[in-house]
Amino acid sequence: MNALDIIKPENQVFCKSKLMTDTTLSYCPGCGHGTAHNLAMEVIDEMGISEDTIGVAPVGCSVLAYDFMNIDITQAAHGRAPAVATAIARTWPEKYVFTYQGDGDLAAIGTAETIHACNRGENIVIIFVNNGIYGMTGGQMAPTTLEGMRSSTSPYGREIKSMGSPLKMTELVANLPGVHYVTRQSVHTHKHARKAKKAIKKAFENTRLKKGLSFVEIVSNCNSGWKMTPLESNIWMEEHMFPYFPLGDIKVNGILK
Amino acid sequence: MSELKLMKGNEALAEAAIRAGVDAYFGYPITPQSEVIEYLMTERPEERTGMVVLQAESEIAAINMVYGAASTGKKVMTSSSSPGISLKLEGISYLAGAELPSVIVNVVRGGPGLGTIQPSQADYFQSVKGGGHGDYKLYVLAPSSVQEMADFVEDAFNIAFKYRAPVLILSDGLIGQMMEKVNLKDQQERLTDEEVIKQNGDWATTGKTKNRERNIITSLDLQSEKMEARVRRLMKKYEQMEQEDMRYEEFQTEDADYLFVAYGSSARIAQKAVQLARAKGIKAGLLRPITLFPYPKKVLFDLADQVKGILSVELNAGQMVEDVRLSVEHKVPVEHFGRTGGIIHTPEEVLEALEQKIIK
Repeated sequence: MNALDIIKPENQVFCKSKLMTDTTLSYCPGCGHGTAHNLAMEVIDEMGISEDTIGVAPVGCSVLAYDFMNIDITQAAHGRAPAVATAIARTWPEKYVFTYQGDGDLAAIGTAETIHACNRGENIVIIFVNNGIYGMTGGQMAPTTLEGMRSSTSPYGREIKSMGSPLKMTELVANLPGVHYVTRQSVHTHKHARKAKKAIKKAFENTRLKKGLSFVEIVSNCNSGWKMTPLESNIWMEEHMFPYFPLGDIKVNGILK
Repeated sequence: MSELKLMKGNEALAEAAIRAGVDAYFGYPITPQSEVIEYLMTERPEERTGMVVLQAESEIAAINMVYGAASTGKKVMTSSSSPGISLKLEGISYLAGAELPSVIVNVVRGGPGLGTIQPSQADYFQSVKGGGHGDYKLYVLAPSSVQEMADFVEDAFNIAFKYRAPVLILSDGLIGQMMEKVNLKDQQERLTDEEVIKQNGDWATTGKTKNRERNIITSLDLQSEKMEARVRRLMKKYEQMEQEDMRYEEFQTEDADYLFVAYGSSARIAQKAVQLARAKGIKAGLLRPITLFPYPKKVLFDLADQVKGILSVELNAGQMVEDVRLSVEHKVPVEHFGRTGGIIHTPEEVLEALEQKIIK
């Protein structure tokens, strides 16, 4: 079988979403961001809502999300995406509004905006990509960096006593009444990506039904920041990240699992 | 057809915002401007016009909500007082960088730090010299009456949308808290979503339709040449503001030997000082900058040929006086007079300062 046989439409398992631009991704080879972007764009395309969707990009590796997603996007100040999305959703209640944020953006500098947008039950989708590190700025410790994990600002490993425990933002917001749907997924295998896509779709469906806030965490890798090969980083993620950040639904239809 | 009412400055501003067809207000309580959000919450503008009013979790969240709604072409504003404006400055810099029309109101109190809740004009530097990071300026309107608190809302939005830029209304605790009669304009219809798209759809993130490229709102340009082009575009706007939209008012300057320069609440006090001076045979006049940027530099430069000296009267330790000096280019002596800590100078004190510092 040659390559052309493999890429026949009937054999295709995944392809680039029509809503992804042809711009070369700025992400490191092996990073999960590209897949997460593509899944979000597939969902928006399949639901036929691209003309009514407004994205909010963060500060971090995905600051340039607007270069890759062929939809209208407002790029927010560091951590403020949920506040920006709040205002867009309030002034355009018929639109689909989502934020796409990393762990430093959402769980450190933007903690207040995250918690309060969740608590108000804003009718938005938050896609939270958690790779346990500040990738964009060169691999510093994030609020979600695991105990003992090395980074450029925890060069001897994260020490709980002085640096605190890795923050489980997803479990935290799940306890707020305004939050309708909370799930934790990953995108490192086809099987996981399919499940993540279902979760993202459910989140956007919730917006359509005006159910309030949907929060989709995607535990992902950062092979560059973790100083591993892509494959090593995915194995390390399974062995170390998943036990602390277990995959699966945390809150469905407003009810904690 | 307008309506005459007796109102506080902060309330007049809030009512004017509803009547100007503003789409959204996001705020956070702080003295002495909390009446703005209190009035809006009480008035239920969502029922009167469909205007969104939301109490944010912080001033930072509020200014970023302004950024969000402004990025979609909606008419949006926030208000706060000095320490709260300091918190908003990052967001204001983003609004300027991303070229978003928006209105910010500062009902100034004394500082630095937590300072005092009493009136002050100590945020002049912060307002006209940048405040936030980067090369940007704000168009700054300084009301000196409750009437102007109301009128400047619409004026501010007209400028904001003309230039796609944030506009600051620089009031203070005195103008915000005092009651005066005010003529309120008739209700203006809010734009429908379709009208917003028609008016701003070429740049705003209202949802990408098939007949146009995607719209992106950002202040980021990683390519230096592009970033420099953005900065130049901003500077061009500011030049145009100086040419087309600078505002000021003169009071008895025609034959003046001495000139007060004052804005906002200080201008009211200086105006009285002009009358006291003339009663004593001193020919004083007043120049009131209405816009603090653009500043009436040329007017001052020309007046300096006529007068023997200038006193800059401000409720601060000496801020605008620097711009007065820059404007007159050492043609005549320029001094500053002002009280701080929330103390309001009296017209008698102002006249005494003129006699001691300028006339001698």
